[in-house]
Amino acid sequence: MPGAGGAEVSAAVPGTQARASLTRSSISGGRRFRNNLATLLVCTAVAFALVPLAFVLYYVVSKGLGVVDQGFLTNELPAQARRATGGIGPAIAGTLVTTGFATLLAVPLGILAAVYLHEYGGSRPLAAVVRFLSNVMAGVPSIVMGLFIFTIFVVRRGDRGLSGLAGGLALACLMLPIVIRATEAMLRLVPGELRDAAYALGTSKSRTIITVVLPAALPGITSGALLAVARSAGETAPLLFTIGAARQYNWSLAGPNTALSAQIFSNAQSGFPAGIDRAWGAALTLIVLVLVLSVVARIVAARFTVR
Amino acid sequence: MTVAAPTAPVPAEEGSRLVRRGSRRADDGFRILSLVAGLTVLLVLGLITWSTTKEALPAFRQEGLGFLTSSRWAPNEGSFGAWSFIFGTFFVSFISLVFAVPASIGIALFITEMAPRSVRKAMTFVMDLLAAVPSVVFGLWGVSVLAVQAPGFYKAIGSPLSAIPGLGGAFGGPYNGKSFVTAGFILALLVTPIITSITRDVFETTPPGQKEAALALGATRWETIRGAVLPHARAGVIGAVLLGLGRAMGETIAAALVIGSGRETGLQLFASGDALAARIANEFGEATGPWRSALIGLGVVLFVLTILVNLAATAIVSSAGRRRR
Repeated sequence: MPGAGGAEVSAAVPGTQARASLTRSSISGGRRFRNNLATLLVCTAVAFALVPLAFVLYYVVSKGLGVVDQGFLTNELPAQARRATGGIGPAIAGTLVTTGFATLLAVPLGILAAVYLHEYGGSRPLAAVVRFLSNVMAGVPSIVMGLFIFTIFVVRRGDRGLSGLAGGLALACLMLPIVIRATEAMLRLVPGELRDAAYALGTSKSRTIITVVLPAALPGITSGALLAVARSAGETAPLLFTIGAARQYNWSLAGPNTALSAQIFSNAQSGFPAGIDRAWGAALTLIVLVLVLSVVARIVAARFTVR
Repeated sequence: MTVAAPTAPVPAEEGSRLVRRGSRRADDGFRILSLVAGLTVLLVLGLITWSTTKEALPAFRQEGLGFLTSSRWAPNEGSFGAWSFIFGTFFVSFISLVFAVPASIGIALFITEMAPRSVRKAMTFVMDLLAAVPSVVFGLWGVSVLAVQAPGFYKAIGSPLSAIPGLGGAFGGPYNGKSFVTAGFILALLVTPIITSITRDVFETTPPGQKEAALALGATRWETIRGAVLPHARAGVIGAVLLGLGRAMGETIAAALVIGSGRETGLQLFASGDALAARIANEFGEATGPWRSALIGLGVVLFVLTILVNLAATAIVSSAGRRRR
């Protein structure tokens, strides 16, 4: 009976007034001012993050594009930073070698450790200790990882110590806790019913983990591992005292190497205009490399996702 | 379970027993393998502590407590005091938090409370992008763009403020492009994504009923945030800030490029100073003998400080999480 309802409302005059007073216009000036001020401050905060990021990306792209060409990407490094000749080819190779090695080392190890933490350890004291220490390890500054590999590996091997191998080890130390944390978070999301179903079919625990649990968590694990790879590809500090200095291509783990991040750092520090230009070019290359890596791996993960 | 029994139950059972016997060994093997992987964390962390401390021991022995309290760092005279670097580390980290904390809280509020869904997604993507840009790239921008253009700006801000009694020290000259405040700003860009993502998670746990109740009482958006969202989030935000502090203290490369390698130990925003990690990165290449040992000692000090900060952070975050559940 819409007619009757309408009559009731119009009869209840005080009610309509109360409803009208709830509209925006009736909020007192002070309260409205404070609300608008808060909105303004929040938008300023957003701008704080957006403006510098836009500046940095603009500089990287515009300055980088001015430098990057085929010769820049493939030529060997110049003998002196102030010369505008040469390229960063060996640094790309070095980044791929060290990051690749670190990934091969840290990702399987990290996934296994997370499997221990979530599938076997649970809330046992040992697992709690490992989980706690893995969080502690995630907070260790990256330069300390570099010092660690320097003191335990480079010093012992003398002149042969500075190598892609040492740099990769330092990066692996950095990646390990990130992979563990991401993988454990993903394993937690795998429903217990999946495990129960596998057990009910008589599958052993290890088989269940390998053929049911891990595949179900694979996309998440992949993106977690990717974060770790991207982070370590951009890291400079662990490489400073471990990777040495090379100007030629070195695709092996032995012997001095170099990396994009290390080249950006040393060229930026040199202060020569040609060095700064080379650093921008290397920065663009590094960012593109990280993006391409993550896109490729995401596609791979999507293809192997079990649905 | 009214399914009819299999027609040949005995062979099936035998089969499963056979499988089990064979796979038990594989099962144990896999369990031990994963246990060993878990124990690597213990091993690596132990080795980090042992081997860096061992290499730093000569410097610690020689300087004693002075390693921490003296600010005289003269490698060619063999005296190593880390105070100015410890001070610089905390000062720069503090400046970065002054920039990053309000910004992060604002961005987190924007994402959780204000933005429409599409903008929210875009903003989350931007924060991921900010987190993905390598710190050395921010350092490059800092040293070749910001530090070059900043001194005029710093002077314009600093000179009038330094005229105010009490602020003369903090805002006085010299106005260097490579300075505490430049490094603090660059570090703020690096820790903002970290603090934002944790704060956002904390804000998202606000019970929707409380927000709706506030709105139903006629509260404005800001009053809802103040009354319902923020009270829940206090401990979580403090934990997030401490995690950001830990990251800012350990961040090396960006700071090494823009902090200026000075020896300032006063609260002067625009002066060139130095931090633990930056000093290690800038000097390690040329250092030998006791000098190198002292630099590794700086690393040990940094290691201990960041671990303490991170432990405090995890304790606060996890206790906040427990209270909420």
